[in-house]
Amino acid sequence: MKVLVAVKRVIDYNVKVRVKPDNTGVDLANVKMAMNPFCEIAVEEAVRLKEKGVASEIVVVSIGPKACQEQIRTALALGADRGIHIEADEEVQSLDAAKLLKAVVEKEEPKLVILGKQSIDSDNNQTGQMLAALTGMGQGTFASEVVVDGEKVNVTREVDGGLMTLSLNLPAVVTTDLRLNEPRYASLPNIMKAKKKPLDTMSPADLGVEIASRLSTLKVEAPAARSAGVKVADVAELVDKLKNEAKVI
Amino acid sequence: MSILVIAEHDNSSLKQATLSVVAAAKAIGGDIDVLVAGENVGAVAEAAAKADGVAKVLVADNAAYGHFLGENLGDLVAELGKGYSHILAAAGTTGKDFMPRVAALLDVAQVSDIIRVESEDTFVRPIYAGNAIATVKASDSIKVVTVRPTGFDPVAAEGGSASVEQLDIVKDAGLSSFVSEQKAESDRPDLASAGIVISGGRGMQNGENFKMLEQVADLLGAGMGASRAAVDAGFVPNDMQVGQTGKIVAPQLYIAVGISGAIQHLAGMSDSKVIVAINKDEEAPIFQVADYGLVADLFEAVPQLEEELKKVL
Repeated sequence: MKVLVAVKRVIDYNVKVRVKPDNTGVDLANVKMAMNPFCEIAVEEAVRLKEKGVASEIVVVSIGPKACQEQIRTALALGADRGIHIEADEEVQSLDAAKLLKAVVEKEEPKLVILGKQSIDSDNNQTGQMLAALTGMGQGTFASEVVVDGEKVNVTREVDGGLMTLSLNLPAVVTTDLRLNEPRYASLPNIMKAKKKPLDTMSPADLGVEIASRLSTLKVEAPAARSAGVKVADVAELVDKLKNEAKVI
Repeated sequence: MSILVIAEHDNSSLKQATLSVVAAAKAIGGDIDVLVAGENVGAVAEAAAKADGVAKVLVADNAAYGHFLGENLGDLVAELGKGYSHILAAAGTTGKDFMPRVAALLDVAQVSDIIRVESEDTFVRPIYAGNAIATVKASDSIKVVTVRPTGFDPVAAEGGSASVEQLDIVKDAGLSSFVSEQKAESDRPDLASAGIVISGGRGMQNGENFKMLEQVADLLGAGMGASRAAVDAGFVPNDMQVGQTGKIVAPQLYIAVGISGAIQHLAGMSDSKVIVAINKDEEAPIFQVADYGLVADLFEAVPQLEEELKKVL
């Protein structure tokens, strides 16, 4: 079966985020960018499904400026078979991302679509669910285990209070949580090979989607800083402070 | 304006998070209806009707909603929500699951995880793991919003007298079915609403050592949490994770034990009123946000803490 994986280019997980002095956004100039960590998990899961013989082809798609092709090449180096780049220089919000992915789903007809549950820049946690709703597919969000069984997929989800397992009809959308798998690193030979794998570029217009910002960001500020308090010498002093100074116990 | 709040509950009791979402709805202003969708939810509906500020409780009681499947809830809420200016739900794993479906079905944007209401169409929300705070304006006619409960003081659970209306709308998409669940059984307060939270990190070394923290938690009536490192290492279950992608907590007192304080963890607890850090590494970033820091070996400090607390409590 064909698996479609969507990946997003975001600020690297380890970079310290700085708000621009004019409060229009976050400073991304000369900042290291990378594949969103949840998307790495999505790629890894697809590759494992292929290694098990469940998936026959992995198509990886990314939406954004030309630089996104780096993340598509990374996914190809990790084991995806071909890439689709939907080139968009403007901001693409979740609903439009879902509409673009829906158009790709209609062309490619994958049995399973895997996405990260959220991107670590906008922290929205929306696109997978929106794609599922627009395509009329079932969804297994925040997955910690994915087992394909014939025309069904069982997804174990990380939910408040524990774990919940659902059975979904295929095709379905799965969004990944942290403990689904541990992504591998791409080997040098695979990075070289990935350069020769096919990568198609298309525009939102090619897919019949008009990008429209429905949410406008009025300002972005740094959070109120929390100042460091005091060091206490021992446990007795700590308990005394909590009881008599902070009065929280 | 009219606001539809989707109640968070477990079919038997109303979660406190719902009261915080009602508080967010009050900050927007307008008539507030609460939808209770689930199976055998009579008691939940009764509790919702008593919440301060609620005009009407709508009840969708059907097996199709018993496990809060996103497809079924999404269809139900999208149909009901057409008549409202705002649709609000708590940003827990249930709300995060079905609300984007509602937004997509209504062809509107969703504003996720708000911590403040500026006006009927403008909301404040953390981005980049709380390293930046964005003010966003939604232009769609229906605003679909998830609410971070710790951002809003809950309304009073008693005092209201809303009418209760049974709905006869059954949405069963037939796309998914419930197989099983593993619920963490605990008598301790719920992590998300506990007044005191004690969390352990990688420094705990194994799951067995969390018993030390449990003893302190029981003395304080505290909820138990953990860092991602402790969950990834398999010391404790996933539902204990506090952080950017886990639970967001803001208790009166947060005690971090053996947690270094990665930004992703701080994103989940830095709104706590008082933060205590116990760590043997005095360079650990957790000390930069802690009101009281104790540089010590946790295996000595935690048993001492238990003894000292017994003296004063």
